[in-house]
Amino acid sequence: MLLIHCPYCNQTLPEAEFTYAGEAHIARPADPSSVSDEEWRDFLFIRTNVKGPHYERWRHFHGCGRYFNAVRDTVSDRFLITYKTDDPRPELSKLLEKSK
Amino acid sequence: MTVLTHAFTPGPIVASGPVKLTLLEPVARFSLRLRAANIPTVAKALGVDLPTTVGERAANGTTEAICLGPDEWMIIAKTDDTDKLVSACADVYASATHSLTEVSAREITVRIEGDRAAELLTIGCPRDIDSIPVGGGCRTVIDGVTVVLWRDADQSFRMDIWRSFALHIIDLLYTGSKEFAAE
Repeated sequence: MLLIHCPYCNQTLPEAEFTYAGEAHIARPADPSSVSDEEWRDFLFIRTNVKGPHYERWRHFHGCGRYFNAVRDTVSDRFLITYKTDDPRPELSKLLEKSK
Repeated sequence: MTVLTHAFTPGPIVASGPVKLTLLEPVARFSLRLRAANIPTVAKALGVDLPTTVGERAANGTTEAICLGPDEWMIIAKTDDTDKLVSACADVYASATHSLTEVSAREITVRIEGDRAAELLTIGCPRDIDSIPVGGGCRTVIDGVTVVLWRDADQSFRMDIWRSFALHIIDLLYTGSKEFAAE
């Protein structure tokens, strides 16, 4: 079982308390009626599907209930970092350096 | 095997053995949500501190508070105090906006105590029980059901379970404690 650090509880807890919530940092267009069908489709459905470090959302469902962001390597399943939703997106190069 | 009915009559479920289970009397329960700036005012109205670290508890007499999330608390009180707490919070609402929702009927509480109480919880709870300090608590999961766990002593816990899931969880704990007793 994965152990995930919840940035709100500040505890590292079993995966069973958490739910996955898709890719992170996807902003809804501010004015949906002005975007083209293709842009709207991309916003709704098109995801990066990376092999390697992936910015994604998780929710501490059976705990504090909060959504937060994480960077997880989709190959090794290793979490590089978890951070609060309003924190800036961390630079990948720094995370990879730190994890070495 | 069902050991309880939906009437949830308070009393012992497993009266002896390495782990005892008891269904506790009904209490008043409130779900409280508010912003950090309003904590002191509402805490004063309730008459109990509102800890700001997730998992910490505070108590004043029979009124207890546990911090479940960054802006969420569960308040437990005597049933008789329900109206008093509601009106005390309503009085400060204008200066300290908050959401106080009575959820007394939503949950029932089971006391789990005995030499192997912490071990019994591992039957369905993935969290490291040893990491919960005495006098602390947490919201966690047991066999797929969200529960609030209060650790009152090294081997004495209270578990708040939503009523509709309670028979399932109590049956699970009942089976586990019978297995301990049969060892």
